[in-house]
Amino acid sequence: MQYHLHTPLTREDLAPLQAGDTVLLSGVVYTARDAAHGRMSDLLDQGKPLPFDLKGAAIYYVGPTPERPGCAIGAAGPTTSGRMDKFTPRLLDLGLACMIGKGKRSQAVKDAVVRNGAVYLAAIGGAGALMSGSIKHCEIIAWPDLGCEAVRRLEVEEMPLTVLLDPHGGDLYQSGPAAYLASKQEEQG
Amino acid sequence: MSKIRELSASAITDAVERLCIEANTSLPADVHAALDAAQASEPWPLAKQTLGLLQQNLCVAAEKELPICQDTGMACVFLDIGQDLHIEGDLQAAVDEGVRRGYEKAYLRKSVTGDPLQRCNTGDNTPAFLTVHLVPGDGCRVTVAPKGAGSENMSRLAMLKPADGVEGVKEFVLETVRLAGANPCPPIVLGIGIGGTFDKCAALAKQALLRPLDQPNPDPYYAALERELLDAVNATGFGPQGFGGATTCLGVSIEQAPTHVACLPVAVNMSCHVTRRAWAEL
Repeated sequence: MQYHLHTPLTREDLAPLQAGDTVLLSGVVYTARDAAHGRMSDLLDQGKPLPFDLKGAAIYYVGPTPERPGCAIGAAGPTTSGRMDKFTPRLLDLGLACMIGKGKRSQAVKDAVVRNGAVYLAAIGGAGALMSGSIKHCEIIAWPDLGCEAVRRLEVEEMPLTVLLDPHGGDLYQSGPAAYLASKQEEQG
Repeated sequence: MSKIRELSASAITDAVERLCIEANTSLPADVHAALDAAQASEPWPLAKQTLGLLQQNLCVAAEKELPICQDTGMACVFLDIGQDLHIEGDLQAAVDEGVRRGYEKAYLRKSVTGDPLQRCNTGDNTPAFLTVHLVPGDGCRVTVAPKGAGSENMSRLAMLKPADGVEGVKEFVLETVRLAGANPCPPIVLGIGIGGTFDKCAALAKQALLRPLDQPNPDPYYAALERELLDAVNATGFGPQGFGGATTCLGVSIEQAPTHVACLPVAVNMSCHVTRRAWAEL
């Protein structure tokens, strides 16, 4: 199935999604990766507000290349999400609804996705030029000293994504290869 | 005595600058061809569609002068320098200047931290990770192979026991692929080093990634092992991006070296579908 979704996202928006579905996401998406997650965690420890409202928000794990003059953004494919696992369950419990990245997540993250009715979506890894096409506007809203790791507010239109972890415990990294191997076995048997 | 050829360091700077840009914006012909062939033969619909997106990405990168991938990598620079060549000037500084200029000029990402623990971006993607080999003659071959971290982080090395033999090597390679899963952006490319010392083995694995995918190991024994490992990795069913499918790996290159009677080191340098390299002869 293919779904058109718009941020901010509610539990109800995400409930029908299943691992393997495709999503065309529009609206506002925030970027944050390794260093920004560390700083957000420090702010939460100190009881201070984050650079953006987590409620119903989508975070894209990306460090784009610098934009050419006249372009919104450079190449902007996903980075490996697992490096953010340490920080993620807390953010999900505080209202984060959607993560965009690539690669497997820890069991703690999977549990927090289900507990909060959230989703983890795949952008195509290594397809930075292609992914940048759906990003229409980009501005740095926190920690410019982090360079490519600064927190950016992106406006995206129909960003093509695939559901990796769904709110019901589905995991495409398990079901996808398993379905392919089963079909192959059926063919041979 | 043979005549010594002179080469200015600035010629190396210019070449490195140009090659950093070329490598990051267009894929080597052999990797592109392997991706096209995989897309054409992939039987699983989602996998075929995903490989199509990777092809589309290459077109968009060329059209819009964008890097293929936002992780424009650490600048791994390999110099094969003839023994009868003399380079005027500071070699590391010349290579670094080429990286600095290329990454700035083409809007490439600066991804190097100056200290592994204190984590401060150097701001210009230097230093280059320079490997120099001395070779006969008076030539100078410059290869730039930008390396992204998503796949680099999934690389591994093991000091196997000689009794583990070729079966142990195969098992280690497949275990490395399984542990990596979708992290290194499959379809992957594997550079494998077998033998040497601990450090030499890792260098061999990196060196293996420089060999075009359509050039098997010249030793038939290792060429057969490359084919066997390629089939075994593709049989995992991980598929493009780990979504499932027949295309998990585009190529396997092995470099082997003599080793100690008590050693069997094996290193896997993991690379992705954006296995980048560009070279020039000066």
